[in-house]
Parts: sequence; C-alpha cells; structure tokens
Amino acid sequence: MLPLRFRRVTMSARVLVGVKRVIDYAVKIRVKPDRTGVVTDGVKHSMNPFCEIAVEEAVKLKEKKLVKEVVAVSCGPQQVQETIRTALAMGADRGIHVEVSGKDYETLGPLQVSKIFAALAKKEQADLIILGKQAIDDDCNQTGQMTAALLDWPQGTFASEVTLEADKLKVVREIDGGLETIKIKLPAVVTADLRLNTPRYATLPNIMKAKKKKIVNVKPADLGVDVSSRLEVLKVDEPPQRQSGVKVETVHDLVEKLKEAGRI
Amino acid sequence: MILFRQALRFTSRLPFICGRCRTYSAQVGSVERVISAFRSVSGDEGVSVGSAVREQHGRDESVHICRPPDVVVFPRSVEEVSALAKICHHHQLPMIPFGTGTGLEGGVGALKGGVCFSLRKMEQVLDLHQEDFDVTVEPGVTRKGLNSYLRDTGLWFPVDPGADASLCGMAATSASGTNAVRYGTMRENVLNLEVVLADGTVLHTAGKGRRPRKTSAGYNLTNLFVGSEGTLGIITKATLRLYGIPESMVSAVCSFPSVQSAVDSTVQILQAGVSIARIEFLDDVMINACNRFNNLSYAVTPTLFLEFHGSSKSMQEQVSITEEITRDNGGSDFAWAEDEETRGRLWKARHDAWYAALALRPGCKAYSTDVCVPISRLPQIIVETKEDLIRNNITGPIAGHVGDGNFHCLIVLDPNDPDEVQRVHSFTERLARYFYLIQAFIDNDRHRGSSVWLWKQAQIIKVLPAVSHYG
Repeated sequence: MLPLRFRRVTMSARVLVGVKRVIDYAVKIRVKPDRTGVVTDGVKHSMNPFCEIAVEEAVKLKEKKLVKEVVAVSCGPQQVQETIRTALAMGADRGIHVEVSGKDYETLGPLQVSKIFAALAKKEQADLIILGKQAIDDDCNQTGQMTAALLDWPQGTFASEVTLEADKLKVVREIDGGLETIKIKLPAVVTADLRLNTPRYATLPNIMKAKKKKIVNVKPADLGVDVSSRLEVLKVDEPPQRQSGVKVETVHDLVEKLKEAGRI
Repeated sequence: MILFRQALRFTSRLPFICGRCRTYSAQVGSVERVISAFRSVSGDEGVSVGSAVREQHGRDESVHICRPPDVVVFPRSVEEVSALAKICHHHQLPMIPFGTGTGLEGGVGALKGGVCFSLRKMEQVLDLHQEDFDVTVEPGVTRKGLNSYLRDTGLWFPVDPGADASLCGMAATSASGTNAVRYGTMRENVLNLEVVLADGTVLHTAGKGRRPRKTSAGYNLTNLFVGSEGTLGIITKATLRLYGIPESMVSAVCSFPSVQSAVDSTVQILQAGVSIARIEFLDDVMINACNRFNNLSYAVTPTLFLEFHGSSKSMQEQVSITEEITRDNGGSDFAWAEDEETRGRLWKARHDAWYAALALRPGCKAYSTDVCVPISRLPQIIVETKEDLIRNNITGPIAGHVGDGNFHCLIVLDPNDPDEVQRVHSFTERLARYFYLIQAFIDNDRHRGSSVWLWKQAQIIKVLPAVSHYG
C-alpha cells in the first residue's frame, strides 16, 4: 500500500470538512459574572462562518465532480449534531460527531482538534481537509496549520481561490501584501478565507433530505487522542469601556491637557 | 375636486429641497420640563438632546431637508415605550417612531418638533415557529438581520424593498419591493402587530400572542396599522409570515426594442404561470447609466431583469418558456444564469440602479417618484412620462417592478438650482395629478412620508368623517 502522499487522486477523492459550533456572529457577547468565560446558555449558536465557507467549497468541488464524497466533522457535545446537519443540508454526504463534553469541551482547543483531524484523515483515507481559517469565538487560526504539520501534508491557508488540477491544488492565498498563488500536492490541508465563496442557504427540501443522511458517533479515545488541555484560562474580561471625550476651548488648553496626561 | 385642491394646498407647503438642517424649537420649553420624566423611564443613556443625535434622527435617505426632533429617546421594551408615550400624551408632544432611517420619503422628519422614539435597542427575534412559518420581531431587527438569523432553518422573509430596513418600519410603511410579484407586500405578510397608541395603551391587532394564517373574525386592525406611516401608533412587535427558501433561483436579462414589447412580455409571462419572483424594468436612460457606472455593455434599450424561484428540475422549462415569449415580442440578447456569482453579475445593473442614476450627475441628489398603475396602462404612462421629462430637461431614468405595474422615476437634480427644483416640483405635481385622474395609486414600496402624505390625506379625509360617526 503506497504511503498517503504518493497516492494518485482520482474521482474517488474524499474531503473532510471541519465545522465548529460557535455563538452566532450577530449575538452581543456577555462575560459571565465570575469572569471564567462568556455566557453561552440560551444564546443562539450556529456554524462558524468560515466553516460555512469551507463546506460550500467542498460541496462545489463535488458538484463539479472533482471529488466523490464530502464528510462533515464536528467535535463537541450532543448539540454539535445540529451543526453537522446544517453541513449535510448544504450538500455534505455524511457526518462524524466526535463526542467531547463537559470540562473536556470547555478546554478543547486547536491542538486536540488537530490531533483528532489527523487521526480521522488516516482512518477515512481523506485526500483533502478543508477548514475555516479560524473560529469566531477563539480566533486561534491554528487548527489547519497544526493538522497539516501532524500529517506532514502541505497547507494552503487563507485561501481565496482553490483550483484542483489532477493531483495538485492551486491555491490563491490572501496575505498582507496582496495575493500569493501556490501549487501544493494532494493530500493537503486548506483553510478558507472570507472571499473564497458565498455559502448557500440550506433550503427546506435539503434540510429534509439531510435528516436521512448518516452521522456516526466516535470518541477521541477510539482515535487514540488525549483531549486534556495544557492551557488554563485564568480570566475573561470585557474590553475597557470607552471613556467620554473632553472639549477644550483653546489650543493652549489642549496642550496643557496633553501635558497633564503625559502625552507630550 | 375639492379634496384634490386641498391636496394641492399641502403640496405647496411641502418642505422641498434646501440642503441645510433647521432646528425646530417651537415647543422647547415644554420639552425641557419632561426630559427628567423621560430619564426616569429610560435612564440617562436612554435620552439624548445632543444636536448631532437629533439631526441624525431627523433625516432619512431621501432628499428632504433634515427636521430634527427636540429630543430622542431610546426605549428598551414595550413597557418603556408605553410609559414614554403616556408622558408625551400628557404634555401634547408629537411622537415620531424611528427604525433604521432608511426611508426615501422623509417620513422621520419632525415637522412640528417633538420626541423621536428610536427603537433600535429593541432588537430581539422572538418566537420563531418553524413548522408554522411565522416569527415575531422587535423594531430593531432588520430584514437582512432576520434572514441571517433564519439561515439554518431553510426559511426566509422575502419582502425586499432594497434597503436593510427595520421590519416594523417596513410594516409601518407597507413596504413592497422587487419580490412582491410572487410573495406579496407587507400587507399580505404581517399576521399581528403589537402597537403602542398615542395615549400609551398597548394594542395587539390580532390578539395577544395570536398568529393566525387567516381569519374572518373582527375588524382587520392589523392592516389598518400596516401602512399607517407611524401616524396611528408605535409598532413594537411584528409577527411575520415566512416562506421556504426556494431550492433554485435563476436570473435572466433580456433587451427589447420598445417599452410596449417589454410590458407585453411581462403580461404574457405572468399569464403563462411561470414561477417568476422578480420582474424588473429599466428604461434606456437607466441602462445607459448602469453601463457607465458598472462598465457593462447592455444594449441601450428598454430591458427586463427576471428572477425565477422554484425546484431545480422545473427551472430549465421555466426559462425556455420565458425565452420563447420574449423572442415572440422582439426581445433579444436573452441571457440567464443559475449560480450565485453569475446571477449577481447579471443583476448588478439593477441592484446599483440608484447609485448609477446619481452618478449621471455627480454632486446632485436623487428624488424618487413611486406610482402603481394597471399593467395595461404602463406603456402609455411611461412613454408620456419620458416625453414630459425630455420637454422639461429633467434627468429621470426609470426603473420599475412591472409585474405589479409599479415604476419609479429616479429624478437626479441639483438642490441648489431653484429653477431646476421648481421644474421637478411641477413635474411631480403633474405626475400625481395625471395619476389621480386615471385612478392610479401612489404606491409605497419605499418608506413613505411627507412627499406622499398629501395623497393619503386626500383619501383619509374622505373616509374619516364616516368612521368617526361610528367611533
């Protein structure tokens, strides 16, 4: 059996897409009174916007008949099944729910998730992993990169355009200086940036169809992954309140005030 | 005709373009007395007399001059709205509800000063019932905000007047927009309203917590308030009818040799039962503006922009039926697309029409007329309107929702040129008079207000004496 990296990618390519359940982007975030985190009870949750873009890209590849199967993966408690169902309604073929709950879920971070994805990629014989570039709750922007490193796969991060050419992937990346185009060999990890595509809305008929698609439950231990965290959150605070400004009558007053504040 | 003359009297007092903000201080004395009462209800942060905040709440996106209120309050709940309304009622202060300020008719101007109720802090989506296809929203929820909230449910609210407007504001102005031909306007899609009346009473127009899809019981109070322009009460909740997101959307564009052929095609497409969701007309002046603004190369003739909603299986058939109809009417360059990106490109001309019109004369303002006529009269009216515009040297590209017989003249004018202002003023008067005579209606898929009020007045004056006899 040839090592993963030398396998020719054909029409039987399988794509793993990670989808994370986060607090909806439109919700006003409130810090818990005990400052250990943010309020999540009773708050609207939905799929991370960058994960939506990742799912859309995978489904587009399937519609163009460049890949055979799209598998949506999410890590967390029972509620993440809703997020997987949304991915299925958008066009993914089946789902994998990696069960992590309680304290483990609260401390779940990119390192553990990337270990899970690496293990799943091997188990499912995936040729391509597409993730959102970052989650809007922790803004880590690490999972894609760590997954690629663990698998020793090439990575195309901040992708704003992805083109599959035989067994190579042309990725246009958004970088500070502009756009960078790279070609990477499959299997590979891609992380989706904002302008990669516009995700479709799940329509009612597709939501109905999604109810019949399979979601398999897996535990991290089954994949040989230890989800304990080496990080401890000490406290969470709101950003400082904006102070009101002060009006001054003359330039002289302005200079005095700036001197008082130690600015000049 | 007496009513008509009365209506014209209101026209002459119309606060037309001037360009500078004027502060109305007619009742400042009494307002100052009540500000501490307001603060006790809404807190210090909930009341503002700052001039910037007042000016912001005295204008919308129309060309009408800013009419700032004397004070702006920011209630957080219907109880606060009711308490504040009671105070205003006691002191005889005018109340102006304010949603998003995206109206195009000057509806938020405080013509007699008073208190602006800015409802943006009430922004909850309440009571979504997916299987019943309804949802209740507060005034701070906008159309795009609601559709984003609903995106995982497969449901959407299709009424689209263009701007990202407050849904309760859309109810108050009976907004319609491009999707009306298939999904109706606000009148057909509001199931219940919670309204605070002038004396602070909280009224549920269809009963508290009720959301019947249809009813034959009692007076239709919901539709009394829909379109009342904030004159009968402050809407604090709206229960809306939702629809399933269509499985497939296809957009198409077609050019025609004349307005008549475009409208004939529209009628035949509607008669053929094609699942059309949007059918938009742009005249040659508008197409020219869009070509210049967006670097496009559409033929500079009357053009139809169409959108079909339905199942993916039926789309192919719908498109070919439509193509055949347009060809039979002399249409050409029929182009269509299903994927979102190409659809967006095809429709870009229509979406940017307002800005393309403004770009025809940089530095000028735009003023939109809004009229609804029987579809059969549309070609005649558009042709005569265009002749009037040319005769009077007015820049007025035309865009319209032909499926409803509704069109807009996007008049671009220099507000500092009194002669041009007068010519435009006379033109709109002639337009309105002509439509009154042919029994057309001033429509309001924009957020209506002072420019259209004169006609509403004319109609209401006829009705009110009869109603008050029973009231």
